[in-house]
Parts: sequence; C-alpha cells; structure tokens
Amino acid sequence: MRQGRYPFIIGFLAIPVVLYAVFVIGPYVQAFQIALTKWNGYKAPEYVGLKNFRDLFEDEAFTSALWHHLWILITLPLATLVIALFFSFLLNVGGGAGKSGTMRGVRFSGFYKVIFFLPQVLAVAILGVLFQAVYRPNESGMLNGLLAKVGVAPVQFLNDPKLALWSIIGVVVWQGVGFYVVLFSAGMSSIPKDVFEAAAIDGAGRFTLFFRVTLPLLWDTLQVGWIYLGIAAFDMFAIVQVLSVDQGGPDNSTTVVALEIYRQVFRYSELGYASAMGVVLFFMTLTFAALTLRVTRRERIEF
Amino acid sequence: MKTNAETTSTDLPALPADAQPVRKGAASGPGGGKPAAKVASGVFSGLSHVALAVWALLVIVPIVWTFVAAFKTNAEIFGDAWTLPASWHFDAWGRAWSDANIGRYLLNSVFVVTISTFLTMLLGAMAAYVLARYEFRGSKLIYFMFVSGMMFPVFLALVPLFKVVQNLHVHNTYQGLILVYVAYSLPFTVFFLTAFFRTLPTSVAEAAFIDGAGHMRTFFQIMMPMARPGLVSITIFNVIGQWNQYLLPIIIVPADQDKWVLPQAIATISTSAGYRQDWPALMAALSMAIIPVIIVYIIFQRQIQAGLTAGAVK
Repeated sequence: MRQGRYPFIIGFLAIPVVLYAVFVIGPYVQAFQIALTKWNGYKAPEYVGLKNFRDLFEDEAFTSALWHHLWILITLPLATLVIALFFSFLLNVGGGAGKSGTMRGVRFSGFYKVIFFLPQVLAVAILGVLFQAVYRPNESGMLNGLLAKVGVAPVQFLNDPKLALWSIIGVVVWQGVGFYVVLFSAGMSSIPKDVFEAAAIDGAGRFTLFFRVTLPLLWDTLQVGWIYLGIAAFDMFAIVQVLSVDQGGPDNSTTVVALEIYRQVFRYSELGYASAMGVVLFFMTLTFAALTLRVTRRERIEF
Repeated sequence: MKTNAETTSTDLPALPADAQPVRKGAASGPGGGKPAAKVASGVFSGLSHVALAVWALLVIVPIVWTFVAAFKTNAEIFGDAWTLPASWHFDAWGRAWSDANIGRYLLNSVFVVTISTFLTMLLGAMAAYVLARYEFRGSKLIYFMFVSGMMFPVFLALVPLFKVVQNLHVHNTYQGLILVYVAYSLPFTVFFLTAFFRTLPTSVAEAAFIDGAGHMRTFFQIMMPMARPGLVSITIFNVIGQWNQYLLPIIIVPADQDKWVLPQAIATISTSAGYRQDWPALMAALSMAIIPVIIVYIIFQRQIQAGLTAGAVK
C-alpha cells in the first residue's frame, strides 16, 4: 500500500487546495493588505497606513453599525436561546415518563419540531420579503391588521428608527428558534433517562428538573448555540438589506457592518475603506469567539 | 408555570402515554400520584400546549398568508390583511412565472446548486479522506488552513474575492458562481468529513489493500460507501446553504439577469419599486420560491434536521 502514495495524496488534494487558496485564503489575506490602502479598484492602490481605521471611528454610519452589533449580540442569543430552551424542555421532558419509563415530551412533539424548524430551510432573503408583508405600516400588514381589529393605532415597525432594529431582530429570532429546539432536543436526548428519573424520585419538580438537571448537562450544546448565534449577530446582511427601509434605514437605524462594507464597495468604490471595515469585523468575531470559550469554560460533566 | 413546583409526588411513572390527552400531563415528570399534583400537572401540560401551539401558528401563518395573498387583487392586498380574496385569481401565478421569470430562476438555482454541491462533496471528501487517513508532511497545516476558513466572516474577503473573480474572467458566469460556492463550502465539509473518516475502522481499508485494491479503488468503492451517513448529512447541509445563498450571487452574478438564482431574484423583484405595482404577482413569486422547499422539507424533514444540526452536536 506504500506504492503510489504521494501521487495519490497530491492528486486528491491538489484541486481542493488550489480552489480554496485562490477563492478563500488568498482573499482573506489580501483583505488585510487592501485595508491599508485607498483604492477605487481601477487605479493602483495607494498606501495610506492606518488612515482608514482612523476614519472609521468618525464615520457615523459605521459607529452606529457597531452599536447595533452590540445590541444584537446581547438580545439575539438571549431571546433565541431562552425561547428554544423553554420549548425543547416542553417537547422532551415536559410530557413525563412513558410506558417504558423513559422521559418523553408532550404529545405531538414530533409535529411541533417539524413546524418550528421550517423557517430554517427558507432563504433569509425570501424571509425578508415575506416579513415586509408582516410589518407593513397599515392595516394591510399582518401585524397591524390584527392591531386594527382591537383598535390599536398602527405601529411603524420598520419606519420608526426606535423600533426598526428590534423588528428585524424579531425575524431572526423567529427563524432561529426551531434550529435550536432541534439542537437542544438532540442534546437532551443524549442525557441518560435515569438521571431524570432519579431526580424525579428524589422529588424534583419541573423547575428543579430544568435548572438543576437539564441545564447543567446541556452546557456544551448551549455553548455551541451561543457561539453560532454570536457569529450570526455579526452578519445580518441579507435580512437588513432586504427588509429594512432604504437598506439600513431609516437614518441608519438598522445598518450593520456587513451592509456598510457592501455599500462602500458597490456604491462608493471605496475598496480600501471597505476592507478596513472587514478587518474590524474579523477582530470582533474573533474576540467574541475567544471570550465565549473562555467565559463559558467549566468542568465538563461526563455521562 | 408556577404550578409545577408543586409536583412533588414520588410514585413511579403512572399513566400510559396514550391516556386521555387532558390527563396525560399527570404522567408528567415526577410521576403524579397525588390528585393535587395531577391537577397541577394537567394545567402545566395544557399551558405547554398553548405555548407550543402559539409558536406553531406564528411560524405557519405568515407563510400561509403569502399563499393566500397571491390569489388577491392589488386592492385587496392593500386592504384589511385578514380577509380572504373575494374571488380566487390564478393569473398572478401566471404573471410571476412568465413575466417575472420565476421558472427560469428556479431552474438556475437547481442547476447551480446541483453542480456545486456535487463538486463540493467530491472535492471535500477527497481532501478530507487524505487528511484523515494519510500521514505526510504539511497535512496538519492544510487541515488547519481549511478549518480556519470556518471562523472568518465572508465580508472580510468581499473586496479581494470580487477582484479575483473579475481577474479570472468568471464574473457574471455560472462557472464563477459554482467555483465560489464550492470554495466557501469546503471548510465545513472538510472539517466534518475529516472527523468522520477518522472514526471509520482501519481494518476494512487494510483488507482492501491486501486484496490488491489501489488507493483510488479503496476510496471510491470502500470508504465512500462506508461514509454514507456522514456524506448524506453534509450534502444536505450544503444543498440548503447554497440554495439559500444571497450574498455570493449578488456580488458574482449581479449584472446578468438570466443567471440570477432564486433568493437574489426575489429580493431584487421586491425592491425594484414594488415590482410594477403588481403585488399579487410578487406574492405568487414568493410562494413559488417557498412551496418546493416546503415539499422537499416535509418529505426529508428528519434528514434535513439531522443534516443542518450536524457538526453542532458531538
């Protein structure tokens, strides 16, 4: 089996590695270099050192985008994880013990999981268009249509700068919950049933069962979920671009770094400046992942 | 919710699961021997169903509403959101199909995703197999290079990627889109499949070698079939990820409308000033983008849920 080992290895790796280097690694590395230039994409790039980075923090659209990421980073994972944990607990443990003695979910839990997960398979861009109809500012909108029936004045979900970002985060939560329900369900089902039964025999109520038994044993999965949502919180491009009024509006109240990057490239041809934003985004993502891993590190419970 | 703190009974699991629905909660959690606990449990179970049903409605209603709106007239769409169309018009579906070219975009998406997923799986499995099963100098470096791609935000690469695509003259071509889809799907594919190939027993491959099978033959005829469960999960992951792509198509095939893929087309149709004020057609277009996905989802929901959450669970 030694024969032809290296030709085989090279033959199998060559195409994927070249493809990956050209389209992924190369661009990532170059981005750091371009970030130090002023470049419109046609003339030769002109090196300006760290000027782009200094300009960034005086750029109002960019700084408000940074603030939005902070808010999203706090609210998106929190809302999604809390709702998902609640539902997955109901679906997996809330139904009590079945014939064979295993803990099980409430009735129709399989059906609920299918429905909840559904938004996950729909493209975010398509959800953006769908939620334009949900949020329309008069009675023709699904939400305002309901509010009109109970006599509440229409809410400007996407036009009110104070509300717009929350409305958009709402869509992302709406979409994400099902995924985490399924994820946590998988985590919960890997917890041995006798752990629950032992706790139940010792007189644990549902609250204790949830906070003292399920949650600690689910810690790893929860951490994964938090990281996924945190990384999602640094993106949000498609939903903001498609759903928000005037792409990031009103008055930049929903803009995000990714959208600013896109705008700088395709609207103003400020390629160097856009790359500088990309570098900042990169360090934000990295810091987030590193912090999360550090903060959530605790002894693993083996079972 | 409060009530469940009172469930203190210590009896063994009581009612069979298919007892009456109302009573079913009594079997919940801790058991439910005492009547008070049974009632509390029943209330809990009832509330659970309310909460679950409300969320299920929240998910389904906007989607169903969109289907219904596709049968309305423009005026009806701008009226009360919660009335059904006075008469059901099918013509918006026809306009969405022919004027807005939804059929074309659907086919484009199918075409691009089929080829790029196939290539992703082939190239990803090849790379992962070599990285998992062969020791050679630089293998760790290459593995790390692939895996690091999972951590970077795509937006960092946006400018140079755009330039690379232009310089290779694949801007506004299917080839460009497919190559980029494959390249950006490789990190997770390689990461996942490397872990998967490592778990497969070595003895089978060794036996194949002894029987005279070459490296290629061992890979395609022995290892690939053995890796099927992993391959299926990650194929689904890639199909859905690529099918739903929005950013990559809008930077790689922005100009050539004939090559647009579905999410890009729908978003553009919707933003382009209300699509000639033809809202029913937009709703029909949206429905046509959603319906096939829902059908496929319902058929394969188990595999899809497993595929999308693969890699997140150990």
